[in-house]
Amino acid sequence: MARYLKRSLGQIAFVIIGIAVINFFLLRLAPGDAAQVMAGEAGSATPEYMAALRQQFGLDQPLYVQFLSYLKNVLTLNLGYSFRQGMPVSELIALRLPATLLLMGTSIAFAVSVGGTLGFLAARHAGRLADTVISSVALVFYATPVFWIGVMLVVVFSVLLDWLPVGGMASIESGLTGLGYAADVAQHLILPALTLGLFYLAIYTRLMRASMLEVYGQDFVRTARAKGVRPRRIALRHVLRNALLPIVTTLGVQLGSILGGAILVETVFAWPGLGRLAFEALFQRDLNLLLGILFCSSVVVVFVNLAVDLAYTVLDPRIELS
Amino acid sequence: MAPFSRRRFLAAASALALAASVGPTHLQAAAATDAPVRGGTLSIILQPEPVTLTPVANVAQPTQVVAGNVFDGLVTYGFDLKPAPQLAESWEVAPDGLTITFHLRKGVTWHDGKPFTASDVKWSLENVWKTIHPRNKALFENVSAVETPDDHTVVLKFSKPSLPIFSVLNGVGAPILPKHLYEGTDILNNPYNNKPVGTGPFVFKEWRKGEYLVLERNPAYWDAGKPYLDKLVFRVIPDAAARAAAIEKGEVQYAPFNPVPFRDVERLAALPNLKVETRGYEWLSPVLYFDLNVENPYLKDVRVRQAIAHAVDKAALAKVVWFGYGKPAVSPIPSTLTAFHDPSVPTYPFDPKKAEALLEEAGFKRGTDGVRFALTHDFLPYGDDYRRTGEFLKQALKRVGIEVAIRAQDSGAFIKRVYADRDFDISSSYNAAFPDPQIGVVREYWSGWLGTKTPWTNGSGYRNAQVDALIERAAVEGNPQARAADFRAFQQIVQRDVPTLPLLELKFFTVHAANLKGAVEQGDQVYSSLRNAWFDGPNADAPKGN
Repeated sequence: MARYLKRSLGQIAFVIIGIAVINFFLLRLAPGDAAQVMAGEAGSATPEYMAALRQQFGLDQPLYVQFLSYLKNVLTLNLGYSFRQGMPVSELIALRLPATLLLMGTSIAFAVSVGGTLGFLAARHAGRLADTVISSVALVFYATPVFWIGVMLVVVFSVLLDWLPVGGMASIESGLTGLGYAADVAQHLILPALTLGLFYLAIYTRLMRASMLEVYGQDFVRTARAKGVRPRRIALRHVLRNALLPIVTTLGVQLGSILGGAILVETVFAWPGLGRLAFEALFQRDLNLLLGILFCSSVVVVFVNLAVDLAYTVLDPRIELS
Repeated sequence: MAPFSRRRFLAAASALALAASVGPTHLQAAAATDAPVRGGTLSIILQPEPVTLTPVANVAQPTQVVAGNVFDGLVTYGFDLKPAPQLAESWEVAPDGLTITFHLRKGVTWHDGKPFTASDVKWSLENVWKTIHPRNKALFENVSAVETPDDHTVVLKFSKPSLPIFSVLNGVGAPILPKHLYEGTDILNNPYNNKPVGTGPFVFKEWRKGEYLVLERNPAYWDAGKPYLDKLVFRVIPDAAARAAAIEKGEVQYAPFNPVPFRDVERLAALPNLKVETRGYEWLSPVLYFDLNVENPYLKDVRVRQAIAHAVDKAALAKVVWFGYGKPAVSPIPSTLTAFHDPSVPTYPFDPKKAEALLEEAGFKRGTDGVRFALTHDFLPYGDDYRRTGEFLKQALKRVGIEVAIRAQDSGAFIKRVYADRDFDISSSYNAAFPDPQIGVVREYWSGWLGTKTPWTNGSGYRNAQVDALIERAAVEGNPQARAADFRAFQQIVQRDVPTLPLLELKFFTVHAANLKGAVEQGDQVYSSLRNAWFDGPNADAPKGN
């Protein structure tokens, strides 16, 4: 185990640096630079202004100089400075991180728990009415575009019923603190988390149902039935536990993309998350910021992968890490 | 796949929303008096989020929308585009046009309490307007000296006259910065750029990036009693459907610069609690145009360019694509600039037969497939309206035998392609003309911009020595009549050559709450302050949460 971890960590460092290097050159392929975008937004500009911007951003340096300074930054875990936003990249990410973690955490937790339960119920009642209803609902949510659900929820619950705010993360200038603030954020969180959660929920429902039905067909389940174990116990102890592996795998993939957030949902609900920040940085050619976010994302992905591997061994003792 | 199309959903959503809005909350008690009422928080849509809040080097639209409320200018502009006193109470222009004297208002203070004096104006002119402000550099170039005989008088001495400066002296056109906070610093990186200190009616309070920005009432504002509102909250709402919902629900009560797609405007305008307003943009006077790349082997022939002009039905474009929010343009200088606009220029009435005749004359016959030649079109990547303008062009030119391939890209790629690489045939764009053609119009035609790779300058690649001479002469002409004559001559030539095809005088629109009064009172309203705005009657929907 210790040997496995040691080897993994070595590989992880290698992978992360590799991704950083590829990102650096990949992003340079996008036509246009930050100075052109800013001059364009300004509606009018002068060549002197653009030259001043390029000098400020370091874009007047040859590519290899830019690359070496980037590499030095990566190796010292310095994410650089976003000239457009006028802030260090690490600070910008730290500002947006809580919003992203809250939204993604809530929606994934909702999706796994509710989706898993629904899938479990559907599998236990396979072929009967409950299964048909659950499967149909899951299919509808799976097939519906996320932005459509989002806009529909806003129209119904915000505009029509006036129960929930249209967007944002907290009431502006409310002066709320402590529990009041938490309640306010929770109110703003409901619609975006639900929008995102409903889509994920469908995935987990379908996955859980399929995976459980597969395990139900295996010999050891028949043996358990034959020796008179009660169906409830079979479902929970024999089937569910074995069916969890694909769920964990999917969860791992999803957690890996957590920092990317959900650009569509963040945009529709004006949620101040990292996904929107990255998306805007791309259009603004704010490469330092974009590289910083991608770097953090790659770190999360590799560590979640490691965690998933470890989780396998807990769920299924037959799996060994070597 | 979606069970309904997006269009059908929106139609259904509109119907629901319409039903909702007839509820009793919107039938506010008509306690309408004409006297403005103090108090209230106004929520405003700010989209996209600005990069900086100080319009010195970056004069992007959202920056100016916020800055107009923080910074007062020497003057403001009425609907007739004539300057009205603000920080300058009066001014005199010497008969030779070489001296301009401004008498400044007394008793004005910066938001940090320091007095506003002539030295702030002098410093801003010398260090911002003359050097890094992208629109003003050329206008203030000929200022040879700035004298401040006392704290409330500024005298500008010119080596050559520069009449257009009277068109840019508002708070964002010629921003006056506090000298005591900027002197000796790196202006582009001064921390006060993002927490501005001005003399205007609203004081900067907080900016939560990605969320909102708050300005508060300036209790020490020189115009006693104003502003009426306690607070302005600018909200960043990136999604158009969410913006429409926020406006409809009343969470936002003021939304300038086309905050929602045209298809939503009619619906919103019909609601009793909302008003759609197209005034307040006169100072900008934007004109939509196609740049025809004159280096292209087909487009270099003036007959081909004239044929394209005849092939595009501008009235239909205004109606079909722009939902009536535009008026067919006659000349690159819009009709709002009455002193300069020349309606007698060569016009190109919609006439496909004439277009075909011109193309035949130029020697481009239809091939066996009916196509004479093919061009590409890169539309301005600022949303759907420009893409549909491109599709309109494609249809129009197909009729006369020109095949058009439309290309899409983001703004970084567009600017590089059109203005740096010049790798395009026809592009679309719009320029704000501003009250003087020197500021926003001639940059499309002056050949001095070629090779500088600067966005929104001579995109067509047009070079005409006569046009250049007229532009350069008008810049330093001290006699207003002679200047107007130069610009008329300029319009005659460029409309004969049509390197750039003016399409529409765009009408931008603002959506605001019906009970918000005094929000649209000036020709530069959208870039000025909301010092005259007030809520008539209870703002029933506004203060809730957001």
